[in-house]
Amino acid sequence: MQKYVSQIHRCFRCGYCKFPTDYSSFNCPSYRRFRFDSYSTGGRLWLIYAWLKGEIEWSEHFAEILYTCTTCKNCTEQCPMKFAPDIVDWIVGARSDMVEKGKIPPRVARFFEAVYGYGNPFKQLRSDRAAWANGTKKYAAGDEYLLYVGCLGSYDENGQKMARCLVDVLNASGVSFGILGEEEECCGNEIYMLGEMGLFQNLVEKNSQKFKELGVSKVVTLCPHGYNTMKNNYPALGGNFEVYHYTQILNDLIKKNKIKPSRAKAKVTYQDPCFLGRYNNIYDEPRQILQSIPGIELVEMERNRRDAFCCGGGSGNFVTDLLAGSADSPARIRAREAYETGADTLAVACPSCLTMLTDAVKAEDLDDKLAVKDISQILKEAFVC
Amino acid sequence: MTTTSALCDSLVKIVGKDFVSDQKEERYFYARDGGLMPPHEPDFVVMPKTTAEVQEIVKLANKEKVPLVPKGAGLALTGLVIPQRGGIVLDMKRMDRILEVNEKARYVVVEAGVTQGVLKSYLQKHHPHLRHSIPDSPPVATIVANAVIHGQGRLSQQHGFNSDMVSGLEVVLPTGELCRIGSCSVSSYWFSKGPPLPDLSGLFLGWFGTTGIITRLGLKLYPCKKMRDVMVFLTDKAELVPDMLLKLSHTEMIEDVVVSAAPLPLRFRGTFWIMTYITGDSDEELEFKRKMVWDALWEYFESRDVGFLSVSPDMKPPLMSMPSKDTSRFADVSKGGGFQYAGPIAPIEKFPAFIRKLEEVATKYNVFYASTTRLIGAGHCMMFSFSFSFNRANADEMARAKEALDECSKFALEEGGVLWKADIYEQKLLMDKMDPNTLVLMKKIKQLLDPNGIMNPGNWEVK
Repeated sequence: MQKYVSQIHRCFRCGYCKFPTDYSSFNCPSYRRFRFDSYSTGGRLWLIYAWLKGEIEWSEHFAEILYTCTTCKNCTEQCPMKFAPDIVDWIVGARSDMVEKGKIPPRVARFFEAVYGYGNPFKQLRSDRAAWANGTKKYAAGDEYLLYVGCLGSYDENGQKMARCLVDVLNASGVSFGILGEEEECCGNEIYMLGEMGLFQNLVEKNSQKFKELGVSKVVTLCPHGYNTMKNNYPALGGNFEVYHYTQILNDLIKKNKIKPSRAKAKVTYQDPCFLGRYNNIYDEPRQILQSIPGIELVEMERNRRDAFCCGGGSGNFVTDLLAGSADSPARIRAREAYETGADTLAVACPSCLTMLTDAVKAEDLDDKLAVKDISQILKEAFVC
Repeated sequence: MTTTSALCDSLVKIVGKDFVSDQKEERYFYARDGGLMPPHEPDFVVMPKTTAEVQEIVKLANKEKVPLVPKGAGLALTGLVIPQRGGIVLDMKRMDRILEVNEKARYVVVEAGVTQGVLKSYLQKHHPHLRHSIPDSPPVATIVANAVIHGQGRLSQQHGFNSDMVSGLEVVLPTGELCRIGSCSVSSYWFSKGPPLPDLSGLFLGWFGTTGIITRLGLKLYPCKKMRDVMVFLTDKAELVPDMLLKLSHTEMIEDVVVSAAPLPLRFRGTFWIMTYITGDSDEELEFKRKMVWDALWEYFESRDVGFLSVSPDMKPPLMSMPSKDTSRFADVSKGGGFQYAGPIAPIEKFPAFIRKLEEVATKYNVFYASTTRLIGAGHCMMFSFSFSFNRANADEMARAKEALDECSKFALEEGGVLWKADIYEQKLLMDKMDPNTLVLMKKIKQLLDPNGIMNPGNWEVK
C-alpha cells in the first residue's frame, strides 16, 4: 500500500481517467459532480504528491477532495499508463495516512466511529441486525451457503427489501442456506476503501473467525462490496472460503432449472455495480438472469459494463454523501440516463446502487415512470406470477 | 481596487458558489501543467457556464484590472495557461454544448469547453460520415484551445493547421463586448471564419487568450470514409525523409503522414517509422491508394533504402487509435510523469538536421528522447517535436530536460523554424527575431483590444 509514496508522481494528468472508452462524456463521478480538475483522479494524485512534498498543508477541503473519490475504478480502466492498476491503491494509501494522522473529514470520522461502536455505519443496534429477516433461518452446519447480507441489507429500508426478496427466491429454489443474523459484522469493504486499515483487519478477523467456527465454506453476498472484499482482501488475511455474489448463484440455479421464472412484462435497463463489474469482471450473470425472464426486454444505457457510470455510492458515500446536493450528483445523472433508454425499470444488483438510485429517481421526479428494483425482486415478481 | 473578498463575492454572484474557488488545492493545481514551466498560482479558479457569465466576469476583471486566463485542459505543456500574474483562471470546460452540426455545409459549432473526445464520439454516433481533425493530445483537450494554439491533427496534411479549419468565432473582447467573427457575423451560417470578409480571426487565433475569450467556435468537418488503414515504412536514412514525404503528399491520396523516432526498443534505434494513413469507402479505393503509395516510394525500395513493416494485429490498434494513447505514455518512459516537447513548425527539408540535433542534445543532457513529425499541408511545412521525458521526482533530470528543450528551440529558430505554442521565454526569442514593424503591429492590436492588459498577461507581451 505504501508504495504510493514513491510512485504517485508518475501521473501525467493527461485526463484519460475522466472518460469512458468512447470519450462520450465524463465518467469520473467526482469530476462530473464538481468539475474542478482537482476532483479528477489526476487532480487527486497531484495534490497527494504535493501534500507528501509539503507543498500543500492538510485541509478539510483537501480531505474532501480525496474522499469524494468513490473508488469506482473508471480511472484504472482508462489510464493509459502501466501503473493504472495501482491508482486506487494509491488513493487508499493516502487516505490511510490521513487516518493515521487523524485528519479526515468529519463525516468519514463518524462512519468509522459507527462501525467501530455498532458494527455498522448507521449506528443501528446490533440486536436489530436481523430485524429484516422475518424468520429466515440461521446458518447451521450442513447448509451449503452462508448468506451474508451486509450492513445495507440489514438496516437500510431498500436493502432489507432486497434481502427479503433474495431469501424468498433462494428458499423457492430449494438451496440450503442460512444467515448470521445479529452475529453478522460489517464486511469492511468501505472501511478498507476509506483507509482505516486497523479496523478493517479487525473486521476481517472477526468475520473469518466466525465463518471458521461455523464451518462455513461458501458465502453468498447480497452486496458487491462485500463480495469484493471477501474475494480479494480476505484471503491475504486468513479468510479462506469460497465467495459468490448472489447473481452468480441465481444465474446458476436458473441454468439448472431450479428457478423457472414465468412471464413478466417490463423494459429493463441494468446498472453495473463497480464492485461487481470493474472490480470483479462480472457483467454477464446479472444480464443473463434478466434475459432468462420471459417478457423482459433488456436495453442498455450508453455507458455500460466497464464504462458504466458509478452511482456515487462507493467508498462509503452512500452514507457520507459527499457527492450529493446537485442535479450533477452521479446518481441523478445515472437516473436520467436510465430513463432516456425508455426503460420502465432500472435493475440493480447492489444495495448501495439501489438506495442511491431510488433517491435519485425521486429527486428527478421520475418515480412514477422508472422503478428501481433489485434483480432478485424482479426475479421474485416473475417467479410468483 | 476591490478587496479579494469582495471580488470573490462578485464572482460567486455571477457563476454561483459551487463554481468559484480560492482554496489552496485548486490554486495549486491550476498553477501548473504537466510540462516544465515554473508554477504561479491564480487567486481564483472560476467555471462559467454561459457566454453571458463570461461577459460579466470579463467586465468585472477589466474594471478591477484583474488578470484573466482562459483555460481548456491545460495540455499545451508550455505553461500557456499558467497565470503568470495571478488573477482569475477561467476553466471553460462547463461550456460543453455542441450547438449545431450543419451536415450539408460540413461544419460544427461548439462551446469553448467541448473536448476533442466528446466531439469525436458525438460525430461517430450522430454523423458517422463526418469527422474533424483530431490532434494527438489526450481527448480532454478542447477544440477551442487547440485552435488557439494552432494545433495540428489527423487531417492537417490535407487541410493545414487545425486553426485553418475554423469556420467562425464568437469572442468576448477584453472590455466585455461580444463579437462574432466570420460568416456568422452577417449570417446564421458558420461556414467561413473570414472570406469574403476581412479575416479577423487572426486577432484571436495564435494569441493564447491575450486578446479575448473565445466562447463559441465553428469548425469545418470533413468526409469520414468507411475504412482506414496504415502503412508503415522504415528507413535509417534521415536525409531521404523530406523527399519521401513530398512524394507521398504528391499522391494526394493520403490522410496523414507521421514520422516517429525513438531510441527504444533498441532494434529500432536509428530507424524512422514513416506511418502513412489512407482511407476509403471500399476495398477497391483502399487498394488503389495502397498501390499509389507503393508507387510513390518504389524507387527507395529498389535502392534498398526503405523497408516495409508488416503491421501485426496487436500493433495495429495503437497505431490506428485517435487520439493515440502512446503520446501520453511517453510521460512514463522515465517512470516520472512528465514530458515536454519543443515543436517547431519548419520546412520539411530541415528534418535531417533536426534529427541530428535531437540525438546530440539527448546525449549531451542525458535525457530520454523521442520525436514525432507531422506533415502539414502538401509539404508546406512540418511540425517536428523534440520530445523529452522526465521524472517529476528528480529535479536534476527536470533541469536537464529544460536545458535540452531550450537548446533545441534556439537551434530550430536559427534554422528558420518558428516555435509552436511557445512558452513565455520562447515567445521572447521569437519577438527578438521578429520584424520590428510586425512587433509594433502586434503591440497596437493588443493595446487596442486589451487596454488594461488583463488578458493572460506575460504572454505575447511586446515591450
